[in-house]
Amino acid sequence: MSYVNGLKCRECGRVYQKEPLHVCEFCFGPLEVIYDYDRIKYVLSREVIEKRPKNMWRYRELLPIDGDPQVGRDVGYTPLVRVNNLAKVLGVKNLYIKNDSVNHPTLSFKDRVVATAITKAIEFGYDTMACASTGNLANSVAALSSEGGVKSYIFIPADLEKSKILGTLIYGTNLIGINGNYDDVNRLCSEIAANYKWAFVNITIRPYYGDGSKTFGYEIAEQLGWRVPDNIVVPVAGSSLITKIWKAFKEFEMLGLIGKVNTKVFAAQASGCSPVTTAIKEGRNFIKPVKPNTIAKSIAIGNPADGYYGIKTVKESGGYGEDVTDEEIVEGIKLLARTEGIFTETAGGVTVAVTKKLIEQGRIKRDELTVISITGNGLKTQEAVAEKVGSPIIIEPRLSSFQERFGGKI
Amino acid sequence: MAVKVRIPSPLQKLTKNQSEVTVNGKNIRELFLDLEKQYPGIKNRLYDESGNLRRFINIYINEEDIRFLKNEDSEVKDGDSVSIIPAIAGGGCVILYRRADLQI
Repeated sequence: MSYVNGLKCRECGRVYQKEPLHVCEFCFGPLEVIYDYDRIKYVLSREVIEKRPKNMWRYRELLPIDGDPQVGRDVGYTPLVRVNNLAKVLGVKNLYIKNDSVNHPTLSFKDRVVATAITKAIEFGYDTMACASTGNLANSVAALSSEGGVKSYIFIPADLEKSKILGTLIYGTNLIGINGNYDDVNRLCSEIAANYKWAFVNITIRPYYGDGSKTFGYEIAEQLGWRVPDNIVVPVAGSSLITKIWKAFKEFEMLGLIGKVNTKVFAAQASGCSPVTTAIKEGRNFIKPVKPNTIAKSIAIGNPADGYYGIKTVKESGGYGEDVTDEEIVEGIKLLARTEGIFTETAGGVTVAVTKKLIEQGRIKRDELTVISITGNGLKTQEAVAEKVGSPIIIEPRLSSFQERFGGKI
Repeated sequence: MAVKVRIPSPLQKLTKNQSEVTVNGKNIRELFLDLEKQYPGIKNRLYDESGNLRRFINIYINEEDIRFLKNEDSEVKDGDSVSIIPAIAGGGCVILYRRADLQI
């Protein structure tokens, strides 16, 4: 059963059929999936959703697939954790972590978009998946392609973190490292996409792919007891996730599943790659691309495709954009680990550190309910903190050796 | 200056199906004026109603985004290659395919 009517250009409103197309042929604006909300409203209620298995497909009417999911049946419904220890350190009372560092199967929010994209690609008849990636997407496309029995070609910047390379190769994909940054990789991929009949998840079938991340927002609203937070802090790379979380909240509002949405959406970037937050701070609605230089490689996109809409989302919601240095990112990772026992990757260090900054600036207030988005797992970016966590204390296998080091008697 | 401009496939209907055309001018603005003169109708696709370059089109001189240079005032010299590239897909994305190719 499909609730998708077609595609529509976000810029000029031109309408297209449901096909593998991602850019308006008239004005080059991004295309968006059109849903039949009247019919969805008729079939989808809180009770219907609550009875379904705890994974992202419990919102399937709001996802752009026609049949059953083909891969990743257990993706999503990750914990929304109330983090009182962290809240205390930061000086607020009502703080949550949406923890996609434990998303299934590859430990990042990308499993949501990829499960959607591969299902859609299989529906369109593709047998080969491909992507340009900063790492998390690579892991996910490789893993879920294996599950779906489709071939995959994955393009990454050659200097990516070792664990992200290993965590891609293990699935038996074709991995191609490019001597360049993500924007170079992406540009090359667009040319490759033009010449091969492959489903590039973030190019060929982008409108469908992107909607998978709406489930991150749906889950937050449901897990908070069918309401939205006062604030949400979101890591920004291409700006897709931040716009889709906002879309998710607005769709739930429109469908009557929650009350009025008054959430402030905050964009979080690394200072070494902050085209979106810089535009917000300078009051611009257009992006000046940058050449990234940060340890937060998973969000190092200097020329963000949806940057304009990222800025628009933040403005519309009354939020703001802030960025943090590499040192602050490392401190953010350590702070979350040491207060809450959650080990996130660099992008999570960015959202934690930015939240801290926003609280200090008074933009996030003490009594408000705030959700920090944690989108990836720290085990994948160990290099970023390897020199910053100390080393084990080495002793001889004797009690006396231990006592020499730690002193005292019991 | 005679400069080659690469045309993305959605605009090739306007350039008699040519993926590359040669136009004259000393900067991007002049090149696009000449492009419109040679291939009427293309200006509407590149510029919005208020005369600004459309938001989702990126222009490159050789490999460099003109936003790193002087935008439409960026100068060109003989032999340069200019690319008109749709912006979608997590950064500079080229759509050079024809729709028919996607029918699988």
